[in-house]
Amino acid sequence: MNLYLCYTVKKELESILAYNGGAIIAMKGKNCVAIAADRRFGIQAQTITCNFQKIFEMGSHLYLSLPGLATDTQTVMEKLRFRLNLYELKENRKIHPKTFASMVSNLLYERRFGPYFVEPIIAGLCPVTYEPFICNMDLIGCISPSNDFVVGGTCSEQLYGMCESLYEPDMEPDDLFETISQALVNACDRDAISGWGAVVHVIEKDKVTVRTIKTRMD
Amino acid sequence: MSSVLVPEIPAPGFSFDLCQRNNFLVKKGFQAPKAVKTGTTIAGVVYKDGVVLGGDTRSTENTIVADKNCSKIHYLTENIYCCGAGTAADTEMTTMISSQLELHHLNTNRIVPVCTANAMIKQLLFRYQGNIGAALILGGVDLDGPHLYCIYPHGSSDRHLYTSMGTGSLAAMAVFESRWKPDMTEEEAKELVADAIRAGVFNDLASGSNVDLCVIRKGSVDYLRPYDIANVKGQRNISYRYKRGTTAVLNKIVHPIIIEGETVRRLETEPMDTSS
Repeated sequence: MNLYLCYTVKKELESILAYNGGAIIAMKGKNCVAIAADRRFGIQAQTITCNFQKIFEMGSHLYLSLPGLATDTQTVMEKLRFRLNLYELKENRKIHPKTFASMVSNLLYERRFGPYFVEPIIAGLCPVTYEPFICNMDLIGCISPSNDFVVGGTCSEQLYGMCESLYEPDMEPDDLFETISQALVNACDRDAISGWGAVVHVIEKDKVTVRTIKTRMD
Repeated sequence: MSSVLVPEIPAPGFSFDLCQRNNFLVKKGFQAPKAVKTGTTIAGVVYKDGVVLGGDTRSTENTIVADKNCSKIHYLTENIYCCGAGTAADTEMTTMISSQLELHHLNTNRIVPVCTANAMIKQLLFRYQGNIGAALILGGVDLDGPHLYCIYPHGSSDRHLYTSMGTGSLAAMAVFESRWKPDMTEEEAKELVADAIRAGVFNDLASGSNVDLCVIRKGSVDYLRPYDIANVKGQRNISYRYKRGTTAVLNKIVHPIIIEGETVRRLETEPMDTSS
C-alpha cells in the first residue's frame, strides 16, 4: 500500500502542471456547449479545499478554464479579464469566442520563454450566430479548435478515453450534460489529485445551467 | 511615469519576467512541462508550373494525440504558403510574418518574391538562435516561377526541387528519391506528395490522420483540406449514451439570458482615407 502512495507522490512531483491537480472538459452539442471541472484545490497530495472555482465566466455565453498551476490560473484569468474589458469598451460589442482564443494565445505566447503554467480551455457561443465554439491550448498558446470535445488537467489521458467512447455529435443539452458529467466523474476516479466534487455549465442561447454534481470524495 | 490610471505601456516582443520563477521551480525538482509538438511529416515538390505542398494532420503531446485534424499548411501571402513542423505554437506564430509580407506587398505594389519571405523568416529564426523551434517548408510562385525552400530552426535555409521535413521526413524522402522526376504534371505531383505524406502517416508514429495538400500555380491556389482521409475511423455499432438522470445532481442554478431590448443603428460606412 505504502509503495503505491510513494509512487503517486513521485509522479506528481514530476511536473509543475500537476502541482495543484484538476480536470477540465468541454464538449459541443446541438446549438449548445458544456464545460465542466472538478472542484478540488490541493498542494500535491494534500487537499486544501473542495469548492475551488476553476471555470470563469468571461461573458454571457463565454466561459474560460485554466487548468494547471493555481496561482497562474488566477493571474492569467485576471489579466485576461482586463484585456477583455478593454476590448469590449473599445469595440462596444461582445467578443467572439474565436477572438477571445486569439487574445489568450497572444498573452501566452508573449511569455514563450518563461511561460505561465496553464493550458486554457475555452467554450462559448458566438454572440451573433450562437454557433458553438470550443478549443484548447498548450501553455505557450497554440490553439487547437475542436469539433467534438477538448480536455485538460492532470487526468487528460483518462478524459480522452472517456470522451472518445462516450461522445456523439449533436446531443441535446440534457444528454450533453449526462455525457460530460459521466466522462468527468469516471475519469476523476482514476486520478488521485482530481475530483472532490464537480461543476458543470451547459451554455445555451437563452440560458446557462450550472449544476454541481455528486462525486466520490476520496 | 506610470500610475494606476496611466499604466506603463508594456514593451513589445517576448516577456521574460517569469523565467526566474520558472527556473527556481525547475531547480526545486519540478519538471518544466512540454509544449505541443507537431511530430510531423511535411513535404513539397516543384512541378512543371508550380509547387505542391503537403502535410499530415496530427499534433502530439508526448505520446498523446493532442489534435487529430490540425492544419499545418499556413497562409503567408496569396502566392506563398508554408508548412510547419516542430513546436506547434512557434510554427503558428512564425507564420504571422504574413502581415509583414502583406505590408511589403502594399508598399512595393508587386507580387511578393518567395526569397523575401524566406529571408524574413530565417532572420527571425536566427535572431532567436534556434530557441524558436520551427522547421518550415516554404513554397510559392512569383515572377521567376516556382520556388521551394527548406528553413531550419537555427535560421539556415536551402533551395530544393523536392524536400521533406519533420519526424516523418525520412519516410517521405524515400518516396521522393525513388519516384521524383523533373517537369511532372500537376496530377503526378499531387499524387507523389500525397504518397510521401502517406508514407509518413503509416510509418512514423508521430504523424497521422489525414493528408492536406496545397497546390500553388501562377495566379491561383488550391488548398485541399483534406485531400485524402488516410485513416477512416470505424463506425460505433451501438450508442453508449447515458440515460437522462444517471448523474446525481446536488444543486442546479439556471441563469436565464434575457435580452430586454435591441436597437440597431445603421451607420453610413465612410470609405477609408487612402489619400496620403
